[in-house]
Amino acid sequence: MTPAATTFHTPHPVVHRRTTGEPPLVRRALIGVALVFLSLFLFLPLVFVFTQAFAKGIGFYFETLRDPNAWSAIKLTFTAAVIAVPLNCVFGVAAAWAIAKFDFRGKNILLTLIDLPFSVSPVIAGLIYVLVFGAQGWLGLYLNADHPKFPWLANWLNEENFKIIFAVPGIVLATIFVTFPFVARELIPLMQAQGRSEEEAARVLGASGWQTFWRVTLPNIKWGLIYGVILCNARAMGEFGAVAVVSGRIRGQTNTMPLHIEALYDDYNFAGAFAVASLLALLALVTLGLKTWVEHQNARLNRDAEIIAA
Amino acid sequence: MAKQRISGKKIRVLPGFKLTLGFTLFYLGLIVLIPLGAVFWKATSLTWADFWHTVTMPTAMASYRLTFGASFFAALVNVVFGLVVAWVLVRYEFFGKRIVDALVDLPFALPTAVAGITLATLYSQNGWIGKLLLPLGLKVANTQLGVFIALTFIGLPFIVRTVQPILEDLDPELEEAASSLGANRWQVFSRVILPMLTPALLTGFALAFARALGEYGSVIFIAGNIPMKTQITPVIIMGELDMFDYGKATAIAVVMLVFSFALLLTINVLQWWTNRYNTHNLA
Repeated sequence: MTPAATTFHTPHPVVHRRTTGEPPLVRRALIGVALVFLSLFLFLPLVFVFTQAFAKGIGFYFETLRDPNAWSAIKLTFTAAVIAVPLNCVFGVAAAWAIAKFDFRGKNILLTLIDLPFSVSPVIAGLIYVLVFGAQGWLGLYLNADHPKFPWLANWLNEENFKIIFAVPGIVLATIFVTFPFVARELIPLMQAQGRSEEEAARVLGASGWQTFWRVTLPNIKWGLIYGVILCNARAMGEFGAVAVVSGRIRGQTNTMPLHIEALYDDYNFAGAFAVASLLALLALVTLGLKTWVEHQNARLNRDAEIIAA
Repeated sequence: MAKQRISGKKIRVLPGFKLTLGFTLFYLGLIVLIPLGAVFWKATSLTWADFWHTVTMPTAMASYRLTFGASFFAALVNVVFGLVVAWVLVRYEFFGKRIVDALVDLPFALPTAVAGITLATLYSQNGWIGKLLLPLGLKVANTQLGVFIALTFIGLPFIVRTVQPILEDLDPELEEAASSLGANRWQVFSRVILPMLTPALLTGFALAFARALGEYGSVIFIAGNIPMKTQITPVIIMGELDMFDYGKATAIAVVMLVFSFALLLTINVLQWWTNRYNTHNLA
């Protein structure tokens, strides 16, 4: 679930009136409570990851990352993200175009269904793919080598040694599922707010559908799209529960970075686990930095638009 | 309007409706609806007695109590501290505010496995925080308190990010009116500001609660997963899956999904209610 919390919102400048402020003591106390709570729950864990990562020295750190299993986990994590993020991007743009630019019945139901993956536990997200593609699953039954309903397909897949569950395709599918709504939910409200008059003007002036999209719509939704991609990517690379179910956790083959961290941790190789974790923590920091930067860009854009409008 | 009536025929100026809606429905069905349907398809292969037996087995019952209880209290704690954080970020200026504001989203951005091993190590008996709590008689790692801590970490941004925009858009004139009519600051807060924030706080609570119910990665390391004591419901499902008992895993998943969907419905209603108070949206 991530609804309103990550929705693209532009901060509004608030004019502070001294007449309705709190006494300085109360103000300081509140700031103090907030900062203590945040340092204890957010700042300390973040610092801790990096100190633990280098607990056994810089040599051990790079040795852990150079390990073939770690390297394979890093590659797999990137593979999953590189497939999942663009697919969900195309989906997000298509869904936002249909929902924001046209009127049709059942729009609200569609919006709710798009959000559905956020309210499904990651473990269940993995489970559903096992139930569809697993050996005893829905489609798995059709491909079962003993009693295949489509023998040619089963034979071909067996020859190719093609597996979905406990293999890379399952990991990619689970990643797509958990990151499914990210881009769509940024673009839909944005494109709804922008309306359709600009695109209609372009069409009336003779632009083709694609020209309208590339030259009018895309520049307008650029920042929202980037924002959605950043969040989608962070989740895709960091997903643990859903991937844990479908991966089978074969070291060097079907372990992603989060699964490799778990494996190292279970081996009591804490420094190693934190070394790999530090890469993902770095990714989180870059994500937060980019996110803040995009919000800033968008706020500036909105300010300019307001000035022009005035 | 994309649709115009010219000589009685509907003409859409913008192209691509069928293409984009078609692709949206196809992709939604393929990735989300059909696989989710598989859970209910699998559940129908169980007899009612089997289903009931599985979902009411003692370990499952204990896990529901823990999952719901810890999620509830974690969301409650976050309502209090999340409101303070949102208030401080919107109303006051202080050193490092922009960094603090960005850092609030850390639980969204930090992969759950990283959060999991970090919290587990920090709160272990030899950890930076665990060491300090031990003399007080508080054990966090491998206890239900640990589950609560992990879920508090995960839920914080939901409250802050739902309350923040509402707080930013509150009309200062309402507060001024109240104070010029003689209300003191606490009265203004409790009688004017808080009622307007209530829908947002409830929405944030529901979002944090819903996320906590399904949370897996950040909890399992600190919880220690002791049967009947610190096993959350997703861990029960994972356990059945590890034994390849897909029927049992599905039965418990159905229970969780039903609760999740009910919560999703509640959240939609709450968000509609919240937006009524969002003056910025009305403008």
